[in-house]
Amino acid sequence: MRTTQPKLLQTVLAPIVFGVAVILLWQGLVTGLAIKAFILPAPFAIGAEFAGNLQNVANGMAVTGRNSLVGLVIGALLGIALAIVSALARLFDEMAAPVVAALSVVPIVALAPVLYTMFGAGAETARQLVAALAVFVPVYFNTLKGLRQVRPVHRDLMRAYAVTSWQATRAVTLPTALPFVFTGLRIASSLAVISALIAEYFGGPVGGLGKSITSAAASSNYGLAWAYVLGSIILGLVFYCAALIVEKLVAYQPQHQ
Amino acid sequence: MTQPTRRTADAVPDGPVPAVDVPAVNVRSVSRIFTARKGPGITALDDVSLTVAPGEFVSLIGPSGCGKSTLLRLVADLDVPTSGSIEVFGKPARQARIDQSYGIAFQQAGLLPWRTVAGNIELPLELHGVGKVARRARAAELIELVGLSDFATHYPDQLSGGMQQRVAIARSLAESPSLLLMDEPFGALDEMTRERMQNELVRICAETQAAVVFVTHSIPEAVFLSNRVVVMSPRPGCIRSIVSVGLGDMAGRGEDLREDAGFFRSLSEVRELLHGDTPSTGPAAPTGARGVETR
Repeated sequence: MRTTQPKLLQTVLAPIVFGVAVILLWQGLVTGLAIKAFILPAPFAIGAEFAGNLQNVANGMAVTGRNSLVGLVIGALLGIALAIVSALARLFDEMAAPVVAALSVVPIVALAPVLYTMFGAGAETARQLVAALAVFVPVYFNTLKGLRQVRPVHRDLMRAYAVTSWQATRAVTLPTALPFVFTGLRIASSLAVISALIAEYFGGPVGGLGKSITSAAASSNYGLAWAYVLGSIILGLVFYCAALIVEKLVAYQPQHQ
Repeated sequence: MTQPTRRTADAVPDGPVPAVDVPAVNVRSVSRIFTARKGPGITALDDVSLTVAPGEFVSLIGPSGCGKSTLLRLVADLDVPTSGSIEVFGKPARQARIDQSYGIAFQQAGLLPWRTVAGNIELPLELHGVGKVARRARAAELIELVGLSDFATHYPDQLSGGMQQRVAIARSLAESPSLLLMDEPFGALDEMTRERMQNELVRICAETQAAVVFVTHSIPEAVFLSNRVVVMSPRPGCIRSIVSVGLGDMAGRGEDLREDAGFFRSLSEVRELLHGDTPSTGPAAPTGARGVETR
């Protein structure tokens, strides 16, 4: 009890107090200096818009969230699978390295319009693919790095046991790589949301958070635009926390007494 | 001589082990040359021959770079000799590895940190398709043998170095091998833990009747544990001499043996062989071969 209370105070209360202080300061500045809404709306105004359009924001979050999730799953599965192939086959690794490096520098800005014409502006496919691509790169690199972390003593042990390379992969290589895979997924989870959202700026059907932000801003409804921004922040946090929870549940955690 | 105080059962007989047709390990004029990017390469082992009888405990001792670990790795078929042949129980080393004719323990315990003590000991059994029930039973038996009954569900990083090493030894015994290969298994332990582990190893060997090839840096360790001590010298790695230690059977080796006159006699014999004369092969080459031994 005695040890947990100050810790709780520090980890929970301190950020809340800080956040409230910042919001109050923000509100004070906006009203005190009479800052125009198109420059910076007051936090209470954003809050009111958020509360008033809760259903719309939630719908936007659902659309963008769904695209992000599809992209995250496709990109992660592809990244992990190809990393395993690269780790097992040196030749494939050498062939893939320049392609993956090229993929990692492709700007989503350049890709989104091309994909919209490929899959039609009425479908969400382009957005999901953009998210998948953004996810693929960090997952692939982290997984591949993790797969190369096997300790020499474990490699010797597996050779001494005369097991097949697939058995060795399952017994030693994959569990060793797991923390690295999750680091990749954690980075990728927020990237998926960001890319799916930004992809909406370049076309496609309405309804997502990105489209809502642009249309609210275009109709000078700055409070509402910021309410959607708040929605995207929450969505990103949800993805990040979900990845964190899955990691805590699945991955081995070093436990010290 | 010491009087047998512990479980005597049918332990390895005293003195030289009776000749059996098929030796546990038969190394015939083996050389291992590591090719260097430039130059002639490093001769880690040069024309080494050695026979280990079933149930015999043989230590390999020598300074860094004498090729003792390399020799052990060749027997385990973790590495392949440049020339010469190695047989384990009459089979080529490769076949012996595939048939799982030996158990192995390294200087690093090499436990899988995401598996419990029991899970680690079960690993070889699991990989070789032993059923769950048999696996559990065998692991429990071995945990008992190495005295870790209270720690079966602990994870490796909750254990001390000595305890981890005991788990590694239990794991090497999981499939009841007739040959145990040990590469400085106590090298990273403090002196006190080390002596306790040696006593335990002696007891375990008496119980399991396995032949052991044991690589070590420590002269007392080699003498205390072995039937024979193989003294090796570096650059190129070769066997300088083999000392027979007549200290009685495994079951009779207890703590009091460390005070025994015969123990000290063998100790100084091995020490003289190690330190006595410098190799007659001329000035020792620079440290080029040092890294070889840990490979």
